[in-house]
Amino acid sequence: MTDAATGNIGRAAADARRAEAEQTGPVMAADGRPLKQSLNRALRAQKLRALALIAPLLLFLLVTFVAPIFDMLFRSVENQITSETLPRTVVALEDWDAQDLPSQDTFAALAYDFMEAAERRIHTRLGSRLNYETTGISSTFRRSGRGIDDLGETQAEQFIDLNPQWEDPAAWVALMAAPDWIAAQADWAARADAADAADRPFDEAEPAFRLAGGIAATLPETADAYRSFATTIQQEDEDSPTAEEPWNTVYLALYRDLLRQPAATIAAYDGPQAALVQEAAGVAAGFEATDLPAFFIDMDDGWGDLKTWETIQTFSDPYTAGYFLAALDLQLTPQGIEMQPEEQQIYLMLFWRTIVLSLTIMGLCVLLGYPIAYLLSNLPMRTSNLLLILVLLPFWTSLLVRTSAWKVLLQQQGVINDTLVWLGLVADDARLALINNQVGTVIAMTHILLPFMILPLYSVMKTIPPSYVRAAKSLGATNSTAFWRVYFPQSVPGIGAGCILVFILSIGYYITPELVGGRTGIFISNRIAFHISDSLNWGLAAALGSILLILVLALYWLYDRLVGIDNVKLG
Amino acid sequence: MQDAFVAFDRVQKSYDGETLVVKDLNLHIGKGEFLTMLGPSGSGKTTCLMMLAGFETATHGEITLDGKPINNIPPHKRGIGMVFQNYALFPHMTVAENLAFPLEVRKIGKSEREEKVLRALDMVQMGDFGGRRPAQLSGGQQQRIALARALVFEPELVLMDEPLGALDKQLRETMQFEITNLAHRLGITVVYVTHDQTEALTMSDRVAVFDDGRIQQLAAPDTLYEEPQNSFVAQFIGENNTLSGRVTRIDGDICEVTLDDGEVIDAVPVNVSAVGDRTLVSIRPERVEMNKDRLAPDAHTLKAEVAEFIYMGDIYRTRLRVAGRDDFIVKTRNAPDQRRLKPGEQIEIGWRPQDCRALDA
Repeated sequence: MTDAATGNIGRAAADARRAEAEQTGPVMAADGRPLKQSLNRALRAQKLRALALIAPLLLFLLVTFVAPIFDMLFRSVENQITSETLPRTVVALEDWDAQDLPSQDTFAALAYDFMEAAERRIHTRLGSRLNYETTGISSTFRRSGRGIDDLGETQAEQFIDLNPQWEDPAAWVALMAAPDWIAAQADWAARADAADAADRPFDEAEPAFRLAGGIAATLPETADAYRSFATTIQQEDEDSPTAEEPWNTVYLALYRDLLRQPAATIAAYDGPQAALVQEAAGVAAGFEATDLPAFFIDMDDGWGDLKTWETIQTFSDPYTAGYFLAALDLQLTPQGIEMQPEEQQIYLMLFWRTIVLSLTIMGLCVLLGYPIAYLLSNLPMRTSNLLLILVLLPFWTSLLVRTSAWKVLLQQQGVINDTLVWLGLVADDARLALINNQVGTVIAMTHILLPFMILPLYSVMKTIPPSYVRAAKSLGATNSTAFWRVYFPQSVPGIGAGCILVFILSIGYYITPELVGGRTGIFISNRIAFHISDSLNWGLAAALGSILLILVLALYWLYDRLVGIDNVKLG
Repeated sequence: MQDAFVAFDRVQKSYDGETLVVKDLNLHIGKGEFLTMLGPSGSGKTTCLMMLAGFETATHGEITLDGKPINNIPPHKRGIGMVFQNYALFPHMTVAENLAFPLEVRKIGKSEREEKVLRALDMVQMGDFGGRRPAQLSGGQQQRIALARALVFEPELVLMDEPLGALDKQLRETMQFEITNLAHRLGITVVYVTHDQTEALTMSDRVAVFDDGRIQQLAAPDTLYEEPQNSFVAQFIGENNTLSGRVTRIDGDICEVTLDDGEVIDAVPVNVSAVGDRTLVSIRPERVEMNKDRLAPDAHTLKAEVAEFIYMGDIYRTRLRVAGRDDFIVKTRNAPDQRRLKPGEQIEIGWRPQDCRALDA
């Protein structure tokens, strides 16, 4: 290469540099596309690969963890049970003013709903649900489930007396069902019989019942009640409507229709069984009537109580704030949101106690854990490893065993009290109450959660080089100044991490308060567990859990604002 | 030295009660002196520094500062400035707060404090960085701040523990210059610990070469380089060629050494005392002469074969096979009359007898 060529290359390189420096606007990749775009393209493959790697775990967690949690949290606002169990009643109650007992029509709607619910045996579930809101409803529902069968019997007998055809399931089917369904059902019955004769198993589902075209316009309530009957026995009993006499409530509906529909509408009906219907229409006005409210109140007094109806009305929405209100010692009444009666308030106090005790435990853990972590981080590796094993030792013992050990130590005739009495510090007849109260909870939980404070503290302190304290001392700081001005501020991230860990763990702690907390030392989580496994009020449990979650997130946010979450170091 | 500012008097240190890390150390440092403790790791130099700072206690002996024994004075009352290897700037304080710290603990008023901090920052050319956090500074900048912090409370003695170890070469050279300049301008006494001999030679008034818990030689840099007292110092300071042999004649300040392969050379007897002593002869690579014309007519010469020739820009570095060894290095200036040797070439080398020192074997 000649000198001239070298010079040219040098000049070219300098020109290129100058051009680059002068260039403004987006930087371009070698192929002329914007660099950003090229970079994104290159990174996308990496991201997809990363996603593919975590996909199995992500799916597993979604299915087994995240989805159940959301389902559980959803229960805290979900309330479809009322509108699903008593759909007609809920609609009828929409405009009810809560001044007097609801109308005959509402009671009729309740009768149809209740008949179906009782047959499907779901009325007691709704009873339990509404019992959370108003005590007594559960028994009202249970008792009514037994008596509802008889409602409409008077009407049924009178129709059958008039014309025995009314007793015949086939006559009802001819009146109510769509012709093609009748054919399909007959086919199905034939196949079932054939299978039965051949001793073959037969598990084909019945064709779903369909109403005849015009009947709903002529006899609306009867059609509705009959469809409810037909569908229910198809689904619940796997019987055929063609072989079953309708429920008494269907006769009640027929009676009410014949009285209420204009005579012209009935007369104009020309579908199947028109003669039968028109015959009954002529005389139905003379039938003995049933006073529906009286019948219901006779089954259970609860139906005469406005409060029962108010509760159904209040909790008829598919979504409710009721659980959340209950979790905050509030209640939803037709008059609005009110505090629960004094003697039923418990949750606010429990939340408050949970927070205060958790903060106490957290504070004690800092006080007890800090010196230990400091010592551990300043000892030679071999000694500190040995001592660290002692710190971790509790993790190798079951939580239950540790908590039970505290029971032995703390009880009135326990080791600690015995020692204090022996030392003469405490009189024998004035032994300290260290268990089954808040003291017990705080002592046992501080012990159990202490490692969660020590470990992050230790790992943070381990990273603080001794030269900082030395530097401080060489600059003239006394031991305590060097500690407070130089060492302590650098260990704050560890304190923060330990505090978050201990506080969040203790705020949701359940077993230890349950075992050593007695009546006054239990936490909100014990109440949640009670509602999950004993009272089966999952909605309330979910609401309590959600509030706890929100509380923790709020405190986390507050912590972030005050200390800064970047300052938290777990090692 | 009667007016020693810092004195170690028969100081010993043991960590485990079995071995001595520092063996019988006697060292006097004058006021305003820049003294470097140089040595390989584990030689006891850092322990000495830590004893002086007060972070380690001497097992035996006395350390005095300005005539007062300081063995029982805690570090924070010694008033000694210190620069640490990793700077040890407090990460949770700004640069200005770091500098104000020693003044605060000395209960110096706010206005005076601020003035001193500013002055110290200006002194290290970091006046605009007071509001920054140490993590926002480069290594060199952190180094300057650490220096300023050690100086801001105007100590008379400043200790530095390998302060430039984490910097790159170019920055290190700049900082070497700045530290010595500053030390001389302020008239402070500096005890500087390093394992980098170039640093020690360029910065110090005197260098104490440590090995095995003892000071092997305490001397000014040029003396140390040119007149090493023993083989360890000769090897440790700078590049060095050694040839082993036996003293066959001593004649005043010149002795004759017969090398292991039978060839004879002249040397200055340094720590050989009698004819027949085993000796290691030390010759600096740049003192070897390949041009026979420049040698005295009766000078002994050795036959050598060129093993490798390395072009290094300002100098040529030639590796030779001499007297049965193949690690004999010769450095020559890249001068117009200097020939580039080829491997395999046979040459003759020699040196002035005073450049060749017969040391302990």
